[in-house]
Amino acid sequence: MSEVVLRGFGWRHAGRRAWAVREVDLRIAHGERVLLLGPSGAGKSTLLAALAGLLPEDSGESEGTIEIDGLDPRKARDQVGIVFQDPQTQLVMARSGDDVAFGLENRGVPPADIWPRVSDALDRVGFPYPIIRSTAALSGGEAQRLALAGVLALRPRLLLLDEPTANLDPDGAVLVREAISALRLDASMIIVEHRVAEALPLVDRVVVLEPGGGVRADGAPEVVFAAYGDRLAEEGVWVPGFTIPPLKSRSTAGPSLVRTEQATVAGRLAPVSLGVGGGEVLAVTGPNGAGKSTLALLLGGLLAPTAGRVRAFDDPKPPHRWRAATLTGRIGSVFQNPEHQFVTSRVVDELALGPRRLGRYDQQVIDDLLERLRLTKLAAANPYTLSGGEARRLSVATALATAPRLLVLDEPTFGQDRRTWIELVTLLATLRDDGHAIVAVTHDDDFVQTVADRTFPLGTPRLPDPLPRRRRL
Amino acid sequence: MSFVLQPVADPAAPLARRNPVAKLAAALLFTLPLLSTLDPLTPAIALAIELAALPFFGVRLSVLARRAWPLLIAALGLLATMVLFAADRGGRLLLDLGPFDITTGVLVSALGLILRLFAIAVPGVIVFATTDPTDLADSLVQNAKAPPRFAIGALAAFRLLPLLDQEWQMITLARRARGVDAGRNPVAASRLFISTAFALLVGALRRGGRLAVAMDARGFDSGIPRTYARRQIFTPADTALLIGATALSATALGISIALGFFRPIIG
Repeated sequence: MSEVVLRGFGWRHAGRRAWAVREVDLRIAHGERVLLLGPSGAGKSTLLAALAGLLPEDSGESEGTIEIDGLDPRKARDQVGIVFQDPQTQLVMARSGDDVAFGLENRGVPPADIWPRVSDALDRVGFPYPIIRSTAALSGGEAQRLALAGVLALRPRLLLLDEPTANLDPDGAVLVREAISALRLDASMIIVEHRVAEALPLVDRVVVLEPGGGVRADGAPEVVFAAYGDRLAEEGVWVPGFTIPPLKSRSTAGPSLVRTEQATVAGRLAPVSLGVGGGEVLAVTGPNGAGKSTLALLLGGLLAPTAGRVRAFDDPKPPHRWRAATLTGRIGSVFQNPEHQFVTSRVVDELALGPRRLGRYDQQVIDDLLERLRLTKLAAANPYTLSGGEARRLSVATALATAPRLLVLDEPTFGQDRRTWIELVTLLATLRDDGHAIVAVTHDDDFVQTVADRTFPLGTPRLPDPLPRRRRL
Repeated sequence: MSFVLQPVADPAAPLARRNPVAKLAAALLFTLPLLSTLDPLTPAIALAIELAALPFFGVRLSVLARRAWPLLIAALGLLATMVLFAADRGGRLLLDLGPFDITTGVLVSALGLILRLFAIAVPGVIVFATTDPTDLADSLVQNAKAPPRFAIGALAAFRLLPLLDQEWQMITLARRARGVDAGRNPVAASRLFISTAFALLVGALRRGGRLAVAMDARGFDSGIPRTYARRQIFTPADTALLIGATALSATALGISIALGFFRPIIG
């Protein structure tokens, strides 16, 4: 029986002063399904990596003990399977079946047994395609199901899921959660997940890590949330039942700062006509493939329409023809992946870059932004070393540094913990009330409910109508 | 920029179906002897043989042209280099340009080099146009005893390459949004190019690191001898391909020696 036992376990990555995780006492019996919670930086991912035997002895310092069936996890690797966040960096092979077979080949499974186990694993996760399906053609949710199949094929006794839906849109996340809940596992499971409400049906026990070390709470979900729910919510965990009051605009929007007239990008975006004025938050919603990000690039002056027009700031030239310095003074774009935007090697330089380009550098403005987005302590840090929430806050701060009147954000709240989420939404509402125009491309219903003054749904004209027209009338 | 190199040949063609390692070895056996001579006739014969072999590999000439067009740029470069720097300006004078006189001697040397370039590159183009990367990696491990850590690792990295394309575009756009562009200044343009490439590299390294961890988590570093889900077999037909390639290469050299064109690279 696979039993996980931790006694005073701690791990410190080489070269770091702080322990990533410390003084953890935990016992997980075979067959238990555990949700591992804790604020950002509490060491959840480090703990999973330790259990998966993925922390080499020379990569840091450990204390206490960690055992799976009495073995060091590094020696029990064949007992443990782990699914990570990003499907793109878990799939190895070009064809789906080959990818599931990859792990079996590594473990020396006899060739005659490989393909039956591959199809069995694919069936268990509800993978809908033949085994020769190209892994590049899968959606995020499908790819993550495939990654799960690749792990299940190895018949782990302990299944670890490290935020398996954090990189997926809502539809993809549902696909993965359905696959997990349908599994009849003869194994223990530990899942790390920010979105507690969605994860609760999958587990029967909740363990909360304390950021400074130790276990804060451990028990049945109802019991843990009754005692610690409000504190966890404050620390950024999405505890169910804690709602956020709406922050809608109280005035009407000003004249349009940017407008599109039948703007089209061939193969990516069907003709769109819209305008956004100062003092409003416009949410652009719609399914994957509808061209939401493309529309954000058009409005941000980063892409030329192949047909139709984009006009902004009463400039006779369309925004994609402006010089970059002009653009950054008028329109701030925040990309879905913050790291794409980083140019310098220090947080504070990152904020100074735009103003310098415009010739209106002012240290006071930068200090204010650092303060406002809780980045002051990180001013000298390298942007690439920031956590997800910190990187997101920095990317928003860089867009604000040049004081543009129009902000275009692509999935600004994606994957954020509750604390960063509230900060971002409050900041955007404040900017809006100061007269900024804000466009946000988003999948996030809570974001739309809380702060959007207007919604622009993009359809998928390429997909056929699922219902015959007559039945609608 | 595009990194996608999917096989584009008719997979049913008799030689396209041969073992990937056999195809790669045949290409080497055919082209390496060509390096021994500087004359234009040997590579011309070799190129004729290669084009004649195309239908057996199921590669259409148009496909080859599409894949091989970057070679034309290299060929033009070679021509320009020869015109500028050729030491031997013998033969009949065609165009009087002082130190850059174009003579028949210069043109024959340039033609020889360009033909060599094509004769050596085309077999490689044919091999990759007819070979699935997965099959190649499998075959390298199973038939050529390449270490799996290298062959399968390279294959996994290969799968991430198309992402670099999108990534490059996004980084370029994101920099413009940040107010960073080069305008018409070539120095700024090259600096911007380097810093964009650096950002791309940083991203690629982190992704590569995550992929490596995920692969090890599925036992890639377990040390257990791997088994093979897909068999790649080296058949007598593959041996025949190797012998055929060697024989054809020898024929091309033989004709050139018999007709007195052979100019050994040494001596």
